[in-house]
Amino acid sequence: MTATTATHDALLGETGIPGELLPQRYDGPRAFGWWGMVWLIGTEATLFALLIASYFYLRFRNGPVWPPDGIATPDLALPLIMTAILWSSSIPVHMAHTGIRAGNVTRLKVGLAVGFVLGATFLVMTLGVEWPEKLDEFGPTTNAYGSLFFTLTGFHGAHVLAGLMLSLWTQVRAWQGAFDESRHLTVQNFTMYWHFVDIVWAFVLATIYLTPHL
Amino acid sequence: MTATAAPEASATTSSTVERLEAVWAEPPGLGSWLGTVDHKRIGLRYFYTGMAFFVAGGIESLLIRTQLAGPDLDVLGPEAFNQLFSMHGITMMFLFAMPVLSGFGNYFVPLMIGARDMAFPRLNAFGYWVLLAAGFFLYSSFLVGRAPNDGWFNYVPLSGEAFTPAINIDYYAVGLIFLGISSTGGAINFIVTILKLRAPGMIVNRIPIFVWGELAMQLQILFALPALTLASVLLLLDRKFDFNFFDADAGGDPLLWQHLFWVFGHPEVYIVALPGFGIASAIIPTWVRRPIVGYTYIVIGELSVALIGFGVWVHHMFAVGLPNITLSFISLASFMVAIPSAIQVFAWLATLVAGRPVLRTPLLFVLGFIFIFVIGGVTGVMFAAIPFDQAVHDSYFVVAHLHYVLVGSAVFPIFAALYHWGPKMTGRLLDERWGKVSFWLMFVGFNLAFFPQHLLGLFGMPRRIYTYDRDLGWGGYNMASTIGAFILAVGILVTIVNWFHSRTRGAPAGNDPWRGETLEWYASSPPAHYNFVTIPTVRGREPMWDQPELADGVQSPEDGGRPLTGGHATLSTSMLDARPQAIVHMPHASVWPFLLTLGLLVLAFAVLLDNWALSVAAVVASVGGLIGWYWPRGQTQET
Repeated sequence: MTATTATHDALLGETGIPGELLPQRYDGPRAFGWWGMVWLIGTEATLFALLIASYFYLRFRNGPVWPPDGIATPDLALPLIMTAILWSSSIPVHMAHTGIRAGNVTRLKVGLAVGFVLGATFLVMTLGVEWPEKLDEFGPTTNAYGSLFFTLTGFHGAHVLAGLMLSLWTQVRAWQGAFDESRHLTVQNFTMYWHFVDIVWAFVLATIYLTPHL
Repeated sequence: MTATAAPEASATTSSTVERLEAVWAEPPGLGSWLGTVDHKRIGLRYFYTGMAFFVAGGIESLLIRTQLAGPDLDVLGPEAFNQLFSMHGITMMFLFAMPVLSGFGNYFVPLMIGARDMAFPRLNAFGYWVLLAAGFFLYSSFLVGRAPNDGWFNYVPLSGEAFTPAINIDYYAVGLIFLGISSTGGAINFIVTILKLRAPGMIVNRIPIFVWGELAMQLQILFALPALTLASVLLLLDRKFDFNFFDADAGGDPLLWQHLFWVFGHPEVYIVALPGFGIASAIIPTWVRRPIVGYTYIVIGELSVALIGFGVWVHHMFAVGLPNITLSFISLASFMVAIPSAIQVFAWLATLVAGRPVLRTPLLFVLGFIFIFVIGGVTGVMFAAIPFDQAVHDSYFVVAHLHYVLVGSAVFPIFAALYHWGPKMTGRLLDERWGKVSFWLMFVGFNLAFFPQHLLGLFGMPRRIYTYDRDLGWGGYNMASTIGAFILAVGILVTIVNWFHSRTRGAPAGNDPWRGETLEWYASSPPAHYNFVTIPTVRGREPMWDQPELADGVQSPEDGGRPLTGGHATLSTSMLDARPQAIVHMPHASVWPFLLTLGLLVLAFAVLLDNWALSVAAVVASVGGLIGWYWPRGQTQET
């Protein structure tokens, strides 16, 4: 295996065609894993689109009054604060990514940590403030509106949780010294996933909180 | 190549082989058996597992047909009948057709595109284990007498808690969500493999049509399956936690289930059919000794079917009372699907006419497929006309139609593939005489079983009834159908026996027994662990016909063959023009995908039985499984 390891540690490898050398470290569209994340996001986005379509299907089958059964139109103050917190988390995550591309491991670690705190704050506010407030008024078993509210926000929350766990994993790998300017596919994929979760929130926010005001 | 150069070249080859063997061989033993990431071993497992479920689903159908052979029979009670026809549908769709077609893809896509493995070998292994676990999960329902019993499309409110309180439907919903993990992972793996691992020179318009068929299928899985997963999740929430998605009294709507199910369910038909089209397009050229006619049109046809397939789901719901404007659009789209399908049929016919057909078993099965599929297609066009659809809705006419389409486009191509590519997988030829016997039994049996069902449907026999009255006069046609089903079963049995007999005792196949045109015939039979001694450079659409240097199984570096001996690696090439971009080091065997699957299996049973403490424990264990999977161990990993 020594010969193998020696070749593997080199940045370029021989293909066996005399004189031809190809990179063995790469990121972005050259890496299979990058494409794997792209298609995973594609299928996840479809899932969200269908859930949102189900929301509107049931809304318009319900008649003119929405939310139904005397439930108040959702208040916007808290959700908009949460939105600001969640979306701001994309900035440190982006800086972590550009940091490691320049070989700056400290920026990676700090960026991941700040992003983690912001994402976790969002999740804690969802579960600790927003949901208890709503549960005083209605629950998922009250009617279809309640089911949709908690399923859609819960589904997004589960994605935030998954993103937080990926962030932790990336942090652990960063401390193990796995990343440098030429090896950082995990960081790249985590970043892509995190931005996806943030972007999807725009649609969840619009569906759950904004459209009932229209 | 001159005479003096030859020994030198073969010495280089044998040292290359030695080095590849050292890196790629998986040692025998339990760890390797559970941990293998070799796409060929995994592909064979998909194939055998899918065929085992084919036999199970077949036995279910024979029980159904026995019960229906005459009026007022009492072989099965109504509840057993419901469970059997539901599991027959679920099995044939999810546990037979998809796994076997993915299995062929798993085995042959990397070979056809000149790669050493799939893009994500461990995900590939994981996909298989999850399929096996989900199949076991679904079939364990028979052990407690609670198999899904509301049909494969499982309409609410019948499948809601009020009307089916027992766990039959929980088995269905949890089982299909679980299985979806396998299909989704597989779809991502196939798509990335086809886009990024093609041999240098295999530009987009040189991709074998079988590979296009797999690509179209997997794209559909990726974007259609979320609808089934979502529908199943919502159903479980309704059933287990009293949510109200499908409860009309609380603002829900049962029709939401139908929409979500068919947004998946109609593409599912093409998911099963498209690889079959690909198999036909791959087999015909070899057996008529000329390139396929209209390559570009066939490829565009496959992709158009995949696309239009997303816009026709409501044609399963023509009888539920939707607005006419909706129905008109869907009717139009349903007529449109006929066009790209017909283009492919005409391309096959043109190839057959322009070439010199050799009527051996693989081609016979392909011809049988075309004949049967065209009949199913014609009745499909009839259904696109709304008044006709409403007249025969939920009758045996539908049963006849869907079996003509699905058995035509999945079972017959799978059997063609088995005779065509079996020698590549086992290294032995299948017996030709028994192959022909099998074909004729299957062809005659199939038509005898299902043609009379068109008539029964027109006479008004509804589907999914467990018996019928003597006075209705349906007995004779049903008896014919039952006899046909048994003849079909005997035909299938002949091929199964032929397969197991030939795989050890058949005539040796050699690398290229049929003088095929694509790269799988460049590998040995069965292929080595590393597939190819050198990853070939491709210069045409039919490389084995156009490039004589491929004939001896090793394209030399002077001709563009890349040994790539520096580790457990394959080539990454650019997406459209397949230029070499990078050397990608592939993961080694690992038992973690298997262990993760065990965690998920426990989770599935825990959710089924409402054991939430165990569910949480299983989730934690599964996260642990993922960490174990990705934990670095000094071997090559993408970071």
